[in-house]
Amino acid sequence: MRVVVCTKQTPSTTAVITVDAEGKVSWDDPGGKPNVVNPWDEYGIEEGIRLKENHGATDVIALSVGGEDSKEALKTSLAMGCTEAVLVSDESMVGSDTLGTARILAAAINKLGDVQIALFGKQAIDGDTGQTAVQAARKLGWTPLTFVSAIKEVGDGSIVVERMLEEGKEIISAQLPVVISVVKEINEPRYPSFMGIRKASRAQIPSWSAADLAIDGGIGAGASKVDWSQVYGIPPREGSVEIIEADTAEEQARILVDKLFEEKVI
Amino acid sequence: MSGVWVWIENRDGAISIIGSETISAARTIADSLGQTVTGLVLGHDVAGVADEAFDLGVDAVIGCDDASLAHFRVEAFGPLVTRLAQENTPSVLLAGASIRGRDLMAWVAADLDAGLISDGIGIAVDGDTIKVTRPVYAGKLMATVFVTEGPQVITLRSRAFPQAESTGKSGTAQWVEPAVAEEAVPSKITGLETKDEGVSLSDASIIVSGGRGVGGPEGFEPVRELAEVLGGAVGASRAAVDAGWIAYEHQVGQTGKTVSPDLYIANGISGAIQHQAGMRTSKIIVAVNKDADAPIFKLAHFGIVGDLFQLLPAITSEFRKRLGK
Repeated sequence: MRVVVCTKQTPSTTAVITVDAEGKVSWDDPGGKPNVVNPWDEYGIEEGIRLKENHGATDVIALSVGGEDSKEALKTSLAMGCTEAVLVSDESMVGSDTLGTARILAAAINKLGDVQIALFGKQAIDGDTGQTAVQAARKLGWTPLTFVSAIKEVGDGSIVVERMLEEGKEIISAQLPVVISVVKEINEPRYPSFMGIRKASRAQIPSWSAADLAIDGGIGAGASKVDWSQVYGIPPREGSVEIIEADTAEEQARILVDKLFEEKVI
Repeated sequence: MSGVWVWIENRDGAISIIGSETISAARTIADSLGQTVTGLVLGHDVAGVADEAFDLGVDAVIGCDDASLAHFRVEAFGPLVTRLAQENTPSVLLAGASIRGRDLMAWVAADLDAGLISDGIGIAVDGDTIKVTRPVYAGKLMATVFVTEGPQVITLRSRAFPQAESTGKSGTAQWVEPAVAEEAVPSKITGLETKDEGVSLSDASIIVSGGRGVGGPEGFEPVRELAEVLGGAVGASRAAVDAGWIAYEHQVGQTGKTVSPDLYIANGISGAIQHQAGMRTSKIIVAVNKDADAPIFKLAHFGIVGDLFQLLPAITSEFRKRLGK
């Protein structure tokens, strides 16, 4: 059984993100690495490695779409324990909407061949759409299973998973192949081992182009049906905090409760 | 291409809160466009849901009442909505950005080859185009995005729009057959476990949260008591969740839930940027913290610098008195 983990390189969670007047976004992380594996994807990577350790997956292939620098994030996947990594990178793909990205991923998964499970994090922390997994499933013709919190059984052409819903949990069985998006509850991602990091640093990661994937259209900014040109900072909150001071906690409580009734939020 | 369609999320024979909010957003959009609102009522034993949808102001209902739709599965719902949209060519398709709504709209947009926007928190109609405001970069920036051609498929976050109000109207739904027979649905739900532990974070109009400052699992007791008196939900910062003091499902922030209550009371939470990303759209923010320099005070409307273990019980008891509880 071959497993693919779709990952994305994103700004780190601690990155300071700024946007200029033209809507161009940039970021830096003075205290750490500005670019990381999308934090939600770490759960997908970990689950892929566990499918190898516990359910007989033969290959766990990390797949990413992005610029050449995305190979850094793929090296993290390799250091954690993925057996292979592939980057899909092509100027013609820049500016794809979620459906364009889904087309690229589906084509790459088909090219990898014989894949039974494609894992995704629940969303990327930059675009935050969380829609690519289902759309990739449609382009592959596979069953999407989203918000998965546990893989219960894998075998004999089928899979049983637990999903987290707003009001509880659902156990669902489906025929393979499937696309799975995972939530944080599913596991605790491991840290890359020292040996893993050394191995990953020497790895040669192949880079596939649109021509390699034989994609004819439906990708890139030209095919995107969503205009993303207006990105801006959040206007700072007007006014400043009103600090409530009094001699006793009881008095402070009384003043605060008065204010909250005045604001009509109770 | 005309008409605003809204998928009306329902559960146990009633329209969900997010379903009602989506209807009100659909009404606003349709009135601006000069178009009608059609509600999609899909499920099993949902005749009452269709009546409720008319009462909440939709102009028409297309329904499908079938055992295969008793529990949401995107492989059953997706092909049905796609087929109906292909037959009727609406200009806008809306759903709540719930787990189910996201799955459904991603499926339908892929099959219609349509532009898809998720997690809208604001809408403005500009000609025929819906300009959607949504947070990006985990709430650190905002974007105004729109679909450039074809049907506009949009999901809307919970609590971003008011619930629809009763209009007293009624109507007759158009009932259609399912798109996929049960035997052909490639997944089966074999177990459901619903939890009933009070108000969920995403629906709550009041959230009382605790962070590192609560000091331990028992430190959440005064937080819970205040939440209970206010009929609110309990939230937590990542620090408290990582320390194992409270379950992850309570986590608010970049790697937890994004919430937007009327009132957010942050106790012992310093207010790291990742936490702010999850709660900054709250209407009124109260911060209780020992450290007067904590960043949370920059975001808060009201603040008390002091010991939460003295202040929280005092606030709880004051609310008890005022609310007669």
